[in-house]
Amino acid sequence: MSKPVIATTSLAGCFGCHMSLLDIDERILKLIELVEFNKSPVDDIKTFTKAVDIGLIEGGCCNSENVEVLKSFRKNCKILVSVGECAIMGGLPALRNGIPIEECLHEAYVGGPTVQLNKDGIMPNDDELPMLLDRVYPCHEIVKIDYYLPGCPPSADLIWEAVVALVTGDPMKLPYEVVKFD
Amino acid sequence: MSDLIKFKIDGVECMAESGKYIVEAAADNGIFIPTLCNMKGVKPKGACRICTVRINGRLMTSCTTPVTDGMEIESHSEDIQELRKSIVELLFVSGNHFCPACEKSGNCELQALGYLYQMMVPRFPYEFPLKPVDAKSAKIIKDQNRCIFCKRCIKTIKDEEGRSYFAFRNRGHKLEVVLDEEMGNKIDDATAQLAMENCPVGSILVKEKGFTVPIGKRKYDKAPIGSEIKL
Repeated sequence: MSKPVIATTSLAGCFGCHMSLLDIDERILKLIELVEFNKSPVDDIKTFTKAVDIGLIEGGCCNSENVEVLKSFRKNCKILVSVGECAIMGGLPALRNGIPIEECLHEAYVGGPTVQLNKDGIMPNDDELPMLLDRVYPCHEIVKIDYYLPGCPPSADLIWEAVVALVTGDPMKLPYEVVKFD
Repeated sequence: MSDLIKFKIDGVECMAESGKYIVEAAADNGIFIPTLCNMKGVKPKGACRICTVRINGRLMTSCTTPVTDGMEIESHSEDIQELRKSIVELLFVSGNHFCPACEKSGNCELQALGYLYQMMVPRFPYEFPLKPVDAKSAKIIKDQNRCIFCKRCIKTIKDEEGRSYFAFRNRGHKLEVVLDEEMGNKIDDATAQLAMENCPVGSILVKEKGFTVPIGKRKYDKAPIGSEIKL
């Protein structure tokens, strides 16, 4: 029997959740015995090459590219897991929610106290750039998400327990210290 | 000493002084009923509804209901736990509770209740309301994003003449708890510190203080809220 396949991505995140995944230490050897990785920054596979069992999503959706990637994950993965506060509720990027997008861009590129070199007040406007959304969306507001792992980042133990539980079908062991929102 | 009476919580025989509020009577018997707006020694308000229990088939707030002889209280049944969890979730979505960036994280009662009920994601959509942060006072930051309107600061933080430093302003969805500008500038360090401690969330902060206790050593890092009550 072939091994279960995992894919991961970082949308509007900081890669902290991926770092936490790597923080499982020597269990990474067990992980490689247990599963095979497909599209993921971990192995640098850029596109889905087969059907995936578990998709781990880091980060919320702040632009059109995030939405596209998230939808392709939903299409190609049997189970989708929101990993971390950003995927669950937008996280720090969502601090801009409620503030009009023009105001955000103006602060970042024109009026902000650290803006010095942009004398002409140019804002990024290349067609190649993904469009910013009106606000940052939690992943489950864009597609159906099956499971949630809170934390910033979720502890390595939580990610490990969740992945093993999903792969083996065994119940998760969740001591109190493991589930945290920060 | 007033008379001792008998009552039951989830079938467990308990004893308490007559007239005590259920929350306190339960705590005396080693049973934890979660609270947010309630504070020991302050007149209860029954605002947050986290302490809801069922008595005679009716849902009541146990912080405002005195215990009576022979009372049978249902507190930890599945549907009441679910109700409390939904209140926690509503509070999380109706404000902007960014735990990773909050100075109160680890010491926050709302967050601790999220842990207690293993809230992985709120079932309600996030509102992301636009709310101001008031940092005009020399000593205190009042972050409206995190306020849950428990009224604990209004009721407990007062000057020598009994005037509250904090007050409600506006009504309905515009309601906010504000710090009086003039009094806020005169507030002394001890009172400011008390205001921060009495706030169940991170809405009242003392300026230039925060993240003093490292992760892993904060109040709710190792043991859930209410563990100090359990006998």
